[in-house]
Amino acid sequence: MTSENNVTDTNVKIAARDVQVYYGDNHAIKDVNVDIEDKTVTAFIGPSGCGKSTFLRCINRMNDTIDVCRVTGDIRIDGEDIYDRAVDPVQLRAKVGMVFQKPNPFPKSIYDNVAYGPRIHGLSRNKAELDDIVERALRRGAIWDEVKDRLQAPGTGLSGGQQQRLCIARAVATEPEVLLMDEPCSALDPIATAQVEELIDELRQNYSVVIVTHSMQQAARVSQKTAFFHLGNLVEFGETDKIFTSPEDPRTESYITGRIG
Amino acid sequence: MTKSSLLVQDARTAKRNRAETRFKAYGMAAIAVGLLMLVILLVTIIGRGTGAFQQTFVTLPVTLTEGKLDKKGNRDLADIKKVSTFGYAPLLKDAFEAKVAEAGIETALKSKAMAGLLSKDAAAELRNYVLANVDQIGDTVEFEFLASGRVDGYLKGRVTRESIANDKNINAAQLDLVDALVADGSIAKKFNLAFITGADASDARPEAAGMGVSMIGSLFMMLVVLALALPIGVAASIYLEEFAPKNWITDIIEVNISNLAAVPSIVFGILGLAVFINYMHLPNSAPLVGGLVLTLMTLPTIIISTRASLKSVPPSIRDAALGVGASKMQSVFHHVLPLAAPGILTGTIIGLAQALGETAPLLLIGMVGFIASNAPETLADGLMAPNSAMPAQIYEWAKRADPAFYERAWGGIIILLVFLITMNAIAVLLRRRFERRW
Repeated sequence: MTSENNVTDTNVKIAARDVQVYYGDNHAIKDVNVDIEDKTVTAFIGPSGCGKSTFLRCINRMNDTIDVCRVTGDIRIDGEDIYDRAVDPVQLRAKVGMVFQKPNPFPKSIYDNVAYGPRIHGLSRNKAELDDIVERALRRGAIWDEVKDRLQAPGTGLSGGQQQRLCIARAVATEPEVLLMDEPCSALDPIATAQVEELIDELRQNYSVVIVTHSMQQAARVSQKTAFFHLGNLVEFGETDKIFTSPEDPRTESYITGRIG
Repeated sequence: MTKSSLLVQDARTAKRNRAETRFKAYGMAAIAVGLLMLVILLVTIIGRGTGAFQQTFVTLPVTLTEGKLDKKGNRDLADIKKVSTFGYAPLLKDAFEAKVAEAGIETALKSKAMAGLLSKDAAAELRNYVLANVDQIGDTVEFEFLASGRVDGYLKGRVTRESIANDKNINAAQLDLVDALVADGSIAKKFNLAFITGADASDARPEAAGMGVSMIGSLFMMLVVLALALPIGVAASIYLEEFAPKNWITDIIEVNISNLAAVPSIVFGILGLAVFINYMHLPNSAPLVGGLVLTLMTLPTIIISTRASLKSVPPSIRDAALGVGASKMQSVFHHVLPLAAPGILTGTIIGLAQALGETAPLLLIGMVGFIASNAPETLADGLMAPNSAMPAQIYEWAKRADPAFYERAWGGIIILLVFLITMNAIAVLLRRRFERRW
């Protein structure tokens, strides 16, 4: 079923072909083709307004909520076209979790923040199962030890770094297969950033992680694959080491050496 | 060029500082004027209105003469009912004469003129008492009757010996008697609960008029407004704000809602007259119709405030909900609406308070000038039976000739203001109580 796109590598989780995104008349993403692998951290880098966040939001169809946004082309997860008319974005988003730039816990208790997703998707049959799911998610979010004694405290009362890890725990609670992270550390201090980066590395064991970041050091630290976006084009995509040491495209080189951006 | 010192203010800075000081002075002056107006308003309202909560009563022992009330002497209620209010007047005259004689007051007045000090309500009150206590016929019972509006005015200083020179309702000799009875303790001002709970009264009996029934009219109208405007308004705002596509149709709807909020309320009144009464044939003067008209008037207020509070919920909360796979509706009802609830409640209560104080639309559907003599007994009655409303009642009193009604209009305004202040206080409390930070 994927042969028409010449995707033969079975390890490919997300395959994008000829993706175009328009905001009204503005052509924001041009001809993006990329294969994102399973159990890998893929970083999207590029200057502000280059379209990396826009492309990320295409992968779980968050762009659907913007009226003027139009997406064409083909994005497949495990060979299934996510823009197919039969696909319900709500179901898709349970499979493709997302963590946002600014920590955005619900103004509810820590427990309810994590339990919300499993509740609406009916992942637990009873309270004990739900408790298990919440604990597992909080452990994966590397925040369990800090909050286990105050699960009923409001999620908004945590520090910024804790809030972001809570949001990660919330995202993994629904057992997604892909985790999208839109500049997850931009609102965090260096210590919290280090904790989250460590967490991202652990998450790689279970998920395909796609992270948008402004920090090239971060991309170099956490990712195995890197994609460089510039003015809506995917300029270069490859092994992170290679992108940062011997980029092929002169634009990539200018960006990572700080000449454009 | 000389180096400038930080210790010396230069001309430009001094000028800017003076401008700032002047601006602060203007601001304080504006606030002072506002506060002064408020104080004048409150002092005037309270000064003129508190009188309405006190009423002059006459203590009078009345002998319930069997010969007048129950000629056959068999205590048959049907027979006793045949004696009309008119038949009780002689009892009052006799009672008054006896009282004056007993107190040793010398007066040239005839008994009819003495009984004229009582409200025209007194005979009816006496008759009601006798019909309810048939077994007391033959006894002497002490009553507290309302004094007539003129006597009440005399005790409150509104009526003076000069002002009654051309008054047919009372004369100087009667005032002498009043003075004597006041000294005697038989005529005194007391707190008048009937003003708050009672019904309006006819032109001739200002002393008996009360706000109670029109308060119930207002209550039923508010029930209608709450039951219709809140769900319709909130549903419309949620749809417009969260679900509707942004195109020229929704733009037109939006502009029209804003315009509706600015439409003079009397326009809604004439719309109500045309649609609800002339076309749908709902009853005149009914709180149901009043409520429907006020619903139309309140809807834009509720929609605008609800949309504003939905808008103020940060989009990151919607993203978070959608991000974990909540549907649009789940994100709205689980996350956005609870956060917007305090704002919606506040807007609704302010809309209701606005509706409660509205008079103009009620003019056109016949709720002004109607005198409801009884409180409604059932819910259906409350909605469909003709009634008045608080502001309409105040307007009605204010336009009557007798100055005694004027005092009641001010008293009515106090009651209305108490309701409005209470509602606004509830709005503030709810906002404080439910406001959540994120």
